[in-house]
Amino acid sequence: MTYLHSIGEYFLMLKGVFGRMTKRSVLKDLIFKEIDELIIGSLGIVCFLSFFIGAVVAIQTALNLNNPLIPKSLVAFAARQSVILEFSPTFISIIMAGKVGSFITSSIGSMRVTEQIDALEVMGINSKNYLIFPKIIAMLTYPFVIAISMFLGILGAYVAAVLGGFVKPDDFVSGLQDDFVTFHLIYAFIKTFLFAFILATVPAYHGYYMKGGALEVGQASTTAFVWTSVVLIITNYATTQLLLS
Amino acid sequence: MIEVKNLRKAFNGEEVLKGLNFVFDRGKTNLIIGQSGSGKSVFLKNMLGIFTPEEGTIEYDGKPYSEFTDEERRELRKEIGMVFQGGALFDSMTVKENVMFPLKMFTKMKKAEMEERVDNVLERVNLVGADDKMPSEISGGMQKRVSIARAIVNRPKYLFCDEPNSGLDPTTATVIDNLIQKITHEFDITTIIITHDMNSVLEIGEKIAFLKDGLLAWTGTKDEIFKTEDKTVTDFVYSSDLFKKVRKAQLKGY
Repeated sequence: MTYLHSIGEYFLMLKGVFGRMTKRSVLKDLIFKEIDELIIGSLGIVCFLSFFIGAVVAIQTALNLNNPLIPKSLVAFAARQSVILEFSPTFISIIMAGKVGSFITSSIGSMRVTEQIDALEVMGINSKNYLIFPKIIAMLTYPFVIAISMFLGILGAYVAAVLGGFVKPDDFVSGLQDDFVTFHLIYAFIKTFLFAFILATVPAYHGYYMKGGALEVGQASTTAFVWTSVVLIITNYATTQLLLS
Repeated sequence: MIEVKNLRKAFNGEEVLKGLNFVFDRGKTNLIIGQSGSGKSVFLKNMLGIFTPEEGTIEYDGKPYSEFTDEERRELRKEIGMVFQGGALFDSMTVKENVMFPLKMFTKMKKAEMEERVDNVLERVNLVGADDKMPSEISGGMQKRVSIARAIVNRPKYLFCDEPNSGLDPTTATVIDNLIQKITHEFDITTIIITHDMNSVLEIGEKIAFLKDGLLAWTGTKDEIFKTEDKTVTDFVYSSDLFKKVRKAQLKGY
């Protein structure tokens, strides 16, 4: 019953988020601020992780290809498919659930604890729209982060495979181009958009409805990370089943 | 003026407010006092529209809140200033941005006009020079003054204060009390203050409502509260050692 209550409360929160809108000029500033904090602020860690994940995928694949009948270009093919289909959209989103999700929960949660949300409501401001809507709009730029992640993941694979002496540069490029299916990219970006919405709203829900003090803000951040990850994984499974099978 | 008629509020079947009637006068500091759990905060939240009463009406300048349309309620809220117990300043904004916030949200003023209004209000609360500081960089007393500045910057008709001097030293608490009273008279605001602090009652209690167990146990002024023989009130007023001594002296005729 608690889960059902939370799910209902989450959707009621979404109704409030898209309810009465905040003044446009104020909203514009808030969106830019959120893009800076949520997206630009995450680029460093995303770039770092993507490059090395791509590199590790390439090395692992190369080390497991012992059969001389299998062409070495398969290393690039495997790296490309892994990075585009799963590592960039899903793995990076799980990392973002920890980084961005915790930030969203703790920032909204601490506003709840210190009566800042009550202050907004008393002033007649739709606090759900004011606090959560700009985050959702800012997260619409999340696919750009994932595009950068895909590029760096494949670059990492190239660097590790070629400089590590596992594959020749020409073979790698040839492998990258083998059996390329454009729809795989579309699939990856469709789920990235869904993940972006989940990353903005599930942690926001946990922050907005939290009760208690500073300790509970920390607990809410942890709970938000767990539930955001769970929802991401289930959504990943559902979209894959719907779009690829 | 705010008039409360037969206000009742219950939680899970337990009645917290048991039929309150009171008139909060315009241009006066109206105090709601009482022990913890007497229903003061619930009373305030009903007046702010955060809670909906089971029974009774709250009239803002003669019009019952329950008859307000959604649009009218939003308009009314723009006329309400609120000073929260902890200040409730937006910690991602500077002092100036905090005070300017209601103007940005609800007016079409130009930036220069807003800045002029904010400067005036900050001067009014003795906070000149603190404009660019973050709330975490200023003292508790200064935070309260910023909160008051934010509450009055849009020239509200009603000012609600939830224990505005809790956690402050006696000198700063007196400064805050006097500031609220001055502003109330200057802008002719209906001010409602929740407090436990008998020093505040002594300083600014122009009209006092004493709540006990969800009932209005006593009403009067700061002069009357120290003369009353009502035992419910005297038990509360003279609970501290200092006031006990004052009471003894009063009874001895000093």
